[in-house]
Amino acid sequence: MPFPISGSSFQLQNVYIESVATSAGKLEGEGPIGNYFDLVYHDNYLGKDSYELAEIQMIEDALQISLEKAGVIQKEIDLFIGSDLNNQITATNYFSKRLERPMYGIYSACASVGQGIQLGSLLLENEAMERINIFVSSHNACAERQFRYPNEYGIQKPITSTFTATGAVNILLSTEKSKVRVESITLGRVIDMLQTNPNDMGKAMAPSAFDTLKNHLKDLKRKADYYDLIVTGDLSSYGKKIMEVMMEREGIVPKEYNDCGCLLYDSTQPVFQGGSGPTCSGLVTFGYLYQKILQGKYQRILVLPTGALLNPVMTNQKQSIPCISHAFSLEVV
Amino acid sequence: MNYILAFLFCGFVCLIAQIIYDNSDLTPGHIICIFVVIGSLLDAFDMYDTLVSIFHAGALLPITSFGHSLTHGALEATKEFGVFGLALGMFDLTAAGISSAILFAFLIALFSRPRS
Repeated sequence: MPFPISGSSFQLQNVYIESVATSAGKLEGEGPIGNYFDLVYHDNYLGKDSYELAEIQMIEDALQISLEKAGVIQKEIDLFIGSDLNNQITATNYFSKRLERPMYGIYSACASVGQGIQLGSLLLENEAMERINIFVSSHNACAERQFRYPNEYGIQKPITSTFTATGAVNILLSTEKSKVRVESITLGRVIDMLQTNPNDMGKAMAPSAFDTLKNHLKDLKRKADYYDLIVTGDLSSYGKKIMEVMMEREGIVPKEYNDCGCLLYDSTQPVFQGGSGPTCSGLVTFGYLYQKILQGKYQRILVLPTGALLNPVMTNQKQSIPCISHAFSLEVV
Repeated sequence: MNYILAFLFCGFVCLIAQIIYDNSDLTPGHIICIFVVIGSLLDAFDMYDTLVSIFHAGALLPITSFGHSLTHGALEATKEFGVFGLALGMFDLTAAGISSAILFAFLIALFSRPRS
């Protein structure tokens, strides 16, 4: 094997980002980075009969834009990797009926974008395939209903709640040289700090992001200031503070640290602690930060998408929430 | 004066509920059940009627009044039917509320299409 694993990390040589596309919901479009998205919708249904069908349409739109940007047709893609938040990854599986090429459905909750990129990168790195398409999606109304309460239920949300982002992100990875490449990946492990409150995910997920960050720096023998920016997935403003405290205690001093959940929305928007969901880290990383990399603001960034792997049935049985974080770093070629 | 008393009592009940909700992991469903049980217990000791006579609508409006009505109806029916009255009279006083909930739910379901 040309590039062996060190600890739980891989360094990659020939995985490039060919094109990315983002489609986002109304609230995301109105947020501070709304202008960076390829497509912004203005209602939750997109003219479809249900939220699930709307979510499938968002994936379709993102894929089409991405293929157009790259000038690639579907048949040239070796593998699709997809993920979303619904039970049995509904949107991914039902969308994939339209695909002519093989598809892997994966699930790591909000860390799915990280898992997809890692899986795709490893297949490309080993020259098993040439072009892999990764898509993730989430819809606020679907996720709220599944994980929390019915949408019509006018409940007061606790202050620690986060808001599942609406949108879809499509990333086309290839072995052909381009401007930005996936430089290294660190596979996450499941961390459970015995947190049981499903309305306080930031607190549950911060330790998993920290664990992956620590492993990443140790495996690759890097200091945190090697990266121009370190972003976590969707810890939200409360979880971000926990993460900052943990980094400070361990003496990890990044040049710049932020959280995608805090970047996606404005503090005046009704999203409580900030965004969550697989598209939250996807939209920010590949909508906003990717553009900033192309513009030259960042040379190297480390992304730590975090996922709370909770199951509503287990939450009702008072079981704690296992969390995971799959990291990848992007670098200008 | 009645208005002020009603406002104060009803507000007090809501204040307690809000404090519980903010400081515990209980869901609104849990809190509603707790209040129904409290109302029911108060009535079992003949205390809720006193509250109603002082605070009027303030005591009749919160969900505790539902517990009070349940127990009140059940206890009332025991005078006629003995122990079986507990089951027979349980919904005597709350029948109007429950029936109208079913009726309006039905009417709204007819004219709207749940898509969520």
